[in-house]
Amino acid sequence: MRTASEQDLLTRIHIDGPLLGGVLVICAVGLVVLYSASSESLETVMRQALRMLLGLVAMCSIAQFTPARLARWAPLLYCIGLALLFAAFLVGTGRGAHRWLEFGAFRFQPSEIMKIAVPLTVAWFMSDKILPPKLSTVMIVLVVIGAPTALIAEQPDLGTAILVMTAGLLVLFFAGLSWRWIGVALAVAVVLAPIAWYSMHDYQRQRIETLLDPTKDPLGTGYHIIQATIAVGSGGVSGKGWLNGTQSHLEFLPERATDFIFAVYCEEFGLIGVLVLLAAYSLVLVRGFSIALNAQDNFGRLVAASLTFTFFVYIFVNMGMVTGQLPVVGVPLPLVSYGGTSVVTLLTGFGVLMSIQTHRRFIVKS
Amino acid sequence: MPLFKLPLGRKSNGAEFEIFLRRFWIAGVGTLIMACTLVLRLVYLQVFHHDLYTTLSQENRLKVVPLPPIRGLIYSRDGVLVAGNRPSFALEVVPERVADLEQSIAGIRQLMTLESDQIERFHTDLKQKRRFDTITLKSNLTTEEVAIFAVNRHRFAGFEIAGRLTRYYPLGSQMVHAVGYVGRINLEELNRIDAGSYSGTTHIGKEGIEKGQEEVLHGTVGYQRVEVNAQGRILRVVERTPPIPGKDVHLTLDSTLQAAAIEALAGNKGAIVAIEPATGAVLAFVSNPAFDPNEFVNGISAKLYAALRDSPDRPLFNRVLQGLYPPGSTIKPAMAIAGLEYKIRLPSDRTWCPGWIRLPGQIHKYRCWQKAGHGSVDLSRAIAESCDVYFYTLAKDLGIDRMHDMLANFSLGQRTGVDLPGELTGILPSREWKRRTRKLPWFPGETLINGIGQGFMLATPMQLAKMATVFANRGEVVAPHLTDYFSDPLTNVHSEPERIARTRAASIDSSTWQIAIDGMHEVVQGARGTAQATGVGASYQYAGKTGTAQLFGIAQDKTVKNENVVKHLRDHALFIAFAPLDHPRIALGIVIENGESGSHAAAPIARQLFDLYLDSMPPAPNANG
Repeated sequence: MRTASEQDLLTRIHIDGPLLGGVLVICAVGLVVLYSASSESLETVMRQALRMLLGLVAMCSIAQFTPARLARWAPLLYCIGLALLFAAFLVGTGRGAHRWLEFGAFRFQPSEIMKIAVPLTVAWFMSDKILPPKLSTVMIVLVVIGAPTALIAEQPDLGTAILVMTAGLLVLFFAGLSWRWIGVALAVAVVLAPIAWYSMHDYQRQRIETLLDPTKDPLGTGYHIIQATIAVGSGGVSGKGWLNGTQSHLEFLPERATDFIFAVYCEEFGLIGVLVLLAAYSLVLVRGFSIALNAQDNFGRLVAASLTFTFFVYIFVNMGMVTGQLPVVGVPLPLVSYGGTSVVTLLTGFGVLMSIQTHRRFIVKS
Repeated sequence: MPLFKLPLGRKSNGAEFEIFLRRFWIAGVGTLIMACTLVLRLVYLQVFHHDLYTTLSQENRLKVVPLPPIRGLIYSRDGVLVAGNRPSFALEVVPERVADLEQSIAGIRQLMTLESDQIERFHTDLKQKRRFDTITLKSNLTTEEVAIFAVNRHRFAGFEIAGRLTRYYPLGSQMVHAVGYVGRINLEELNRIDAGSYSGTTHIGKEGIEKGQEEVLHGTVGYQRVEVNAQGRILRVVERTPPIPGKDVHLTLDSTLQAAAIEALAGNKGAIVAIEPATGAVLAFVSNPAFDPNEFVNGISAKLYAALRDSPDRPLFNRVLQGLYPPGSTIKPAMAIAGLEYKIRLPSDRTWCPGWIRLPGQIHKYRCWQKAGHGSVDLSRAIAESCDVYFYTLAKDLGIDRMHDMLANFSLGQRTGVDLPGELTGILPSREWKRRTRKLPWFPGETLINGIGQGFMLATPMQLAKMATVFANRGEVVAPHLTDYFSDPLTNVHSEPERIARTRAASIDSSTWQIAIDGMHEVVQGARGTAQATGVGASYQYAGKTGTAQLFGIAQDKTVKNENVVKHLRDHALFIAFAPLDHPRIALGIVIENGESGSHAAAPIARQLFDLYLDSMPPAPNANG
């Protein structure tokens, strides 16, 4: 092991090199695709780059605080987030959804805060308990996860709700939640599934039906899936070339700058491009795993593992949706899809990882 | 700095860390499996089904748009435009692109008037066509309406003003029964035509030349392959095969003669056909009353159509090709030819006409129109004075079988072969015909009645005119035609339609024909001819034969004055003629419905038209080759 004096410059300013490198590569790819997907709008690309910059600043700032301090702040952040969600529930704006809060010219989705606040809070709550957690602890944690999830799903924003819930439940899973209880939970889920089906919004139900047979309504809800699949498939191994995707440039592809940007990427860069992008994602994931495994306390481990695996779920749900394997739930492709809040929260999450990695008490081995 | 480091040799976190580690590996394996399914899915789409999705994306992007050809024009013989194309604007809509169709139409009604039957037709189209097909809401927009819509266009997504060529007929009703008209392609036609060659074409010939020469006039459809975006907007043309315009049709009809013939009818119901005997070229083709074909091009209003359909004068009825009239005495020259051909009569053979004859064993008197009788008549005089008794006797001697065979050679009971659709054959009775249609044997008395063109016999004005040409040609039978030649608008190359081979009506020589023709000459220019008044003062010699077709039977020994008969039951006046006598340039068939007498109503019209044609329209040098 190295001593503090042997640490490189980056670690001294609490930045993790490999993570930063991976993130920058993905961001760069994202901007390149966005230029094509936005019909060559340099303005859109600049706006997104600005948000990335904002996110990187947030990332670096968060990394300066120790995990212990982040843990102390977690419940406060959680409470603020929950309050804002409730406020959005009452007065929020957005296309038929209580999704946005406006403060003058500034507009943001309080649900994004929860993507970080929930795993931090759950990890904080369990870090001083004996693991695996007792039933009472699990119950409290489920309420902590359930409240924001329910509010977000009600907005309705199924994609974010799933991600927030996943982040919280992953903490519980890594904390060693008994398999028996997991089994019970799954059984309950199977029983509740029909009830959930009927309590879903029509459009959410339609999306699942459409996934099963997109050709049933080719101009309606199946349109997204069919056109995305065509874009992906027609890209082939080497792609049609940057700015040459007909599906996107002739506007057949809906939501091509946001949720369906992966289809544009697949069409223009082909399977080779996809593998390059997956490699960049893998770099970030592997580094995240490493940080989780080498964290020095339960809080760091749980948070790092949860954030990293949630990041993967993010990627998997988006790509699965674009390639027609999962229902269209409105999850953006992390760091690539156009959209401000998601970029900032993702990068903030990586700031937390960097904090865990760079504030270790180093064991000096003789 | 290593990217990934395993936490080896650290046991300080004890059991909690062990649990975490196990869970971590389980999640890791799960992640790997999910990542693999993702990659497999991508390989499946991008490698194994690449061709399929490439095709689908091409189909998305590239659309084939038909380019309808420009319909050929129609000209009269004297170069007057009879059917042309003119630009017009239509308001069209693609239902799929309209959010609320009813509301949009309500909005458009505030900008321009929409007749209720326009909306009705629109809704019929809406049901028949597909959601992404273009449907016409209103045709023939005025420039003002086009401008008003253009200003408000942003309010009506999915609606477009389409400029296209519309058929129009500058002469209005003048040649409508010959030229016909075009109209929207209907369901029945859609099943008949080749959908590919008519993609993009909205109209098709419905009647007359427009229908008969449809193939020539229509042209060949072109295509362009265009790149479109998701909204269907054309971004660029990738490939283009231009359409080949239809050929122009040049008619044999002469617009001056046609107009004169219409005028000569003076509003009477009837038909006039003028034919150039040497070629069979139809110079005039009149069926009166007529209608304006322009009303039909973009769909006639139900009210106007009902008025035309229900009019007692039947303006929609093509009398020339479908009007069936008893030919009456106009068949007498042809009967005379039969007598000569079968050597039943010599020209000099005389028959005594006491005013009637009676068949052996019958009480019924077959009367001559001349109650006092003609006395002793030979063939020529029998024609000139239209002696019924001569022809009763001739018919009796010929018998129905020979009568039928000879008259068939004159095109009675046969189609004339004119190049127009919808021609009727009329009726030329025979034993076989009567057995087939009436299930009765032939009675001898019927031979007599049919011998003077009454009874069962029915002929169209076109057949009468063709009969006149046979005499003008001294026995040569030429099928009439209206299509002179086609010309290609691009190359100006002329081509001629196929003609029907000429035949001979009878084997007798032209000097024998001349005997019958002399009789016809006497009709109009002889001392005792039935229409001799009309031939006085003509600068040329001509021949003709009057006919009067009785519409109802008159009891034996009764005479009825036509003045006492309601107009629509009065006799039809018929006349066939040709001129000049020696080198005929024009032959006529004329029917005046309820005109009472061929000599008074129909024959003067022939004189009028002959005067015009022969005196003021010199023969074209080397006309038609």
